[in-house]
Amino acid sequence: MTMLPETTEKKLGLVIDLDTCVGCQACATSCKEWNAQGYSAPLEDEDPRGKDPHGPWLNRIHGYEVLDEVREDSRIVHFPRSCLHCETPACVIVCPTGASYKRAEDGIVLVNPDTCIGCKLCSWACPYGAREYDVKEGIMRKCTLCVDRIYNENFAEEDRIPACVRACPTSARHYGDLGDPNSDVSKLVKERGGFDLLPEMGYKPTNKYLPPRKRRDQAEEGREALPKSDRSMVDRLFALADSLLSGKAGPH
Amino acid sequence: MNPAYSVIFFTTASGAGYGLLAILGLIGALTGAQLQTLFALIAIALALVLITAGLLSSTFHLGHPERAWRALSQWRTSWLSREGVAAIFTYPPALLFGLVVSGLYTNESLIAPLGFIIAFMAMITVFTTGKIYASLTTIRAWNQPLTVPVYLIFALATGASLMLALLSLFTFNSGLVGPFAMVALLLAALMKILYWRAIDRAPRDRTMAAATGLGDGVRQWETPHTTKNFVQREMGFVVARRHAEKIRRIVLALLIIASLSSAFAGALPALAPLAALASLLAAWAERWLFFAEGEHVVTLFYGNPRT
Repeated sequence: MTMLPETTEKKLGLVIDLDTCVGCQACATSCKEWNAQGYSAPLEDEDPRGKDPHGPWLNRIHGYEVLDEVREDSRIVHFPRSCLHCETPACVIVCPTGASYKRAEDGIVLVNPDTCIGCKLCSWACPYGAREYDVKEGIMRKCTLCVDRIYNENFAEEDRIPACVRACPTSARHYGDLGDPNSDVSKLVKERGGFDLLPEMGYKPTNKYLPPRKRRDQAEEGREALPKSDRSMVDRLFALADSLLSGKAGPH
Repeated sequence: MNPAYSVIFFTTASGAGYGLLAILGLIGALTGAQLQTLFALIAIALALVLITAGLLSSTFHLGHPERAWRALSQWRTSWLSREGVAAIFTYPPALLFGLVVSGLYTNESLIAPLGFIIAFMAMITVFTTGKIYASLTTIRAWNQPLTVPVYLIFALATGASLMLALLSLFTFNSGLVGPFAMVALLLAALMKILYWRAIDRAPRDRTMAAATGLGDGVRQWETPHTTKNFVQREMGFVVARRHAEKIRRIVLALLIIASLSSAFAGALPALAPLAALASLLAAWAERWLFFAEGEHVVTLFYGNPRT
């Protein structure tokens, strides 16, 4: 059904830390691996070993450079992008068959592989590029939030999380209920100033992004600058010892 | 947006078909009289063939054409579903109208009401087609107040020029159809000019900074993949500005040729097929450009600084 649920009991989603993501692609590859074998149809590539390999991936890791004109410096930010499981997803509303739907119990947005006709209109409606068409299966594919893992009672408790979160070596991906203000993910969002992508478009994404922290030399508070010499006898003695031990000409 | 030929063919062919159906319906509604049997049959058949060919073309463009019937279910929210429903509901009255207006089934009292109904249903169907595009907030050039009126006027203009061509083939007096086609084609040109002006002036206020939340200094450093993915292939297509200007001029020139030919088709019937051809080519080029100029928000993640 493409009618959206008025509210969902939970708002399951991801919180992605742009500060700690190192762009290793482990989340993307583990996502591909998991989703090529479990729920829904295989997630095959076309021409996988040829000149033009391409196919549906449900998670893409961009790399951006953020210039700081004042400091004439820049930093690299790795930016994982997948379905944000919006509260008012346009992709669901436009679906003519009801194959795209948002679950009332947990807010996960899914595609039913047995009723999707492959018209691609949902991919046009999504501003985040979260949906990729599977030519081999003739259906649209998207992140399922590993719905076949998170409720899987055959798994150990610690494995009942999305494959991408499980794989992340720097804990840059967090999974939980963003509808519960007391959940760990909600607290993290509050503490770190988590933000929405393209909030002005009004789709109310569930997934949040945590901004990169300020670098040590940019931070206003808690700045860890080295103490300066006060030119006292003790200081000069240490400076002399330092220069002798390091073999340099003198204190600078 | 990638200008896929199946969708361009669908919207221009079925648009012209629904336009022709609407004109035929209006003729029936206003005169309430039977038309010459062969002419009426050919006119209704041409309209329904164009519509059906368009619908089939859009169905084959699906990943699972055999499931197309499911698209009729979500009319409460989806304009694509509403389009399917409107298209299906247009067939029965159109077929019945074909029977009575051609005289195969003699019942003159049905001609006027059925004519009104099919003209209305044809326009509703084109309206829903336009709405599919106009309601997508992700593509600013489509999410415009003029998108739906342009779909409607192009359907009417191409349909009227087809009707004019049919009348001239049968050496019938084209009556008001010539002036109607002339006005509709000029109106199409005028609305396209206003539409292009609107999209050129629309503020490009969606930015990579807002998409990524990384501030004004953000630029693409590394793409996530080494070959183009579906998102880039489907939504990354943008026509060069210079090229678009050229196609805009071609569309306007074709519409003016078609309009002038329609105006003088009463005196010189040989001009009528020329008007039909020029209007269909104009619709095709216009529709191609409609897709090619549709810049999608997702391009912001792939290096486009603003859209």
